[in-house]
Amino acid sequence: MADPLDEYIDAVATALRLPIEEAWKPSVKANLDVSLKLARMVDEFALPDATEPASIFRA
Amino acid sequence: MNSHCLTQPSPRVSSVPDAINSAADIAGAVTARTMSAKEAIDAALARIARYDGILNSFTDITAERARARARAIDTAIAAGQTVGPLAGVPFAVKNLFDVAGLPTRAGAKINRELPPAARDATLIERMEAAGAVLVGALNMGEYAYDFTGENIHDGPSRNPHDTTRMSGGSSGGSGSAVGGGLVPIALGSDTNGSIRVPSSFCGIFGLKPTYGRLSRARSFPFVASFDHLGPFARCAADLALAYDAMQGPDSDDAACTTRPVEPVTPRLGDGIGDLRIAIAGGHFQTNLFLEARQAIAHVATALGATQTVEVPEAARARAAAYVITTTEGASLHLDRLRKRPHDFDPAVRDRLLAGAMIPAPLVDRAQKFRRWYREQVLKLFETVDVLIAPATPCVAPRLGQATFVLDGVELPVRANIGLHTQPISFIGLPVVAVPVALAPMPIGVQIIAAPWREDVALRVAHALERMGAVSAPPPKGL
Repeated sequence: MADPLDEYIDAVATALRLPIEEAWKPSVKANLDVSLKLARMVDEFALPDATEPASIFRA
Repeated sequence: MNSHCLTQPSPRVSSVPDAINSAADIAGAVTARTMSAKEAIDAALARIARYDGILNSFTDITAERARARARAIDTAIAAGQTVGPLAGVPFAVKNLFDVAGLPTRAGAKINRELPPAARDATLIERMEAAGAVLVGALNMGEYAYDFTGENIHDGPSRNPHDTTRMSGGSSGGSGSAVGGGLVPIALGSDTNGSIRVPSSFCGIFGLKPTYGRLSRARSFPFVASFDHLGPFARCAADLALAYDAMQGPDSDDAACTTRPVEPVTPRLGDGIGDLRIAIAGGHFQTNLFLEARQAIAHVATALGATQTVEVPEAARARAAAYVITTTEGASLHLDRLRKRPHDFDPAVRDRLLAGAMIPAPLVDRAQKFRRWYREQVLKLFETVDVLIAPATPCVAPRLGQATFVLDGVELPVRANIGLHTQPISFIGLPVVAVPVALAPMPIGVQIIAAPWREDVALRVAHALERMGAVSAPPPKGL
């Protein structure tokens, strides 16, 4: 069975018009796996709905 | 106040190429006309010519420009004009700073095809307005996405204490050039640790100021949320001289503060008796080799720091910094990834391609977490003035080393050298990295202060020097 992450990489690469050669995919996947693990670590942390992102713009 | 480097091998300024003089000593001698700016610059250029074949820290040497500038300084001084506190001091910049007449390569093959920059970066202009003399541009990791100092296009900059080891990144050439004594001051950038890591590996002092303190105008970006510019030197006094020269608002950088200039040099010797200093606990006491633990204990003992404080959720802060970095970096380079993927360092390209695939809600949550984390850390600074923390998990690894073992887990070197720097730059705190001269290799410690209190961090660094607890060791084998 295909790894969903492989399918996700192919789909996003197509959507963003990113040319990813077959030989690069294991490395891209390894990097994405690390980034998603770290992103999930942040995602798990509950924050109040009113929390402003640090990147808010001041006019 | 004694503004000289306290630990230099010779208190006398010398134009002999092998002498390593402080910026303060050079400026003093040039101003007093015991040395000409021409002699100071010729000595630096001779040292670069002699040793940079070993260190590979420079990618461009601006000798003609530097000699013209030195002549102008000597002429001005002879005419009785005041030149500035950095009169005749040679300095160099990471090659992501715009230098008029050079393409701003940012460590990349692609960028060296850019047309030459029309104007210097703001910080170069300010250093030269204070009398300093640019002698060249320095090697760096591609597009600053690096902690090693290795560069697939230009070769690695090398550690001046053991040339088989990493200089650290991404401002590797800056660390190597100052650590090797080629220039007394270099400028670099720090997004996640790129000033503090080379400072640690190369055994020198580095200042990452508060986010927004120093203008980034006309430098090549990486992660706009986190990018800082700052100086490297062989002592805190030279860091302060450069920092003072570069402060000030700049409408060309949207993030640059409008706060007035707050000079540090006059207060550098005020001591630390009034400061509450604590050791950062939790995340900052994990993933460390023995030498990093020794360095923290050494600095804590020198400062009489016994209290340990937990920085809440620092590991998660590092995770959030990682996510924002990889996505903002991917956004910056998206067109180049589409059109020129073969011209990237594959290690950089594949990280950026992965960064382009992070779902937007996760990035937004990382920015929201950043706001929460900032509030928690600012509460800490209500009860302490300074936190001390490791700058790197270990001394400089061997060039090419891919993994190391931290707390029993084998991890990639490249992605994990910044474990202890990332949670700090994530919220823009000012830090001075100070060198502990362990043998055979030095290692750095972060002196962290509250936002806009660079003066506090620099005072502590200077006090540690006075005690003899930290120093920039002379390079070995050069």
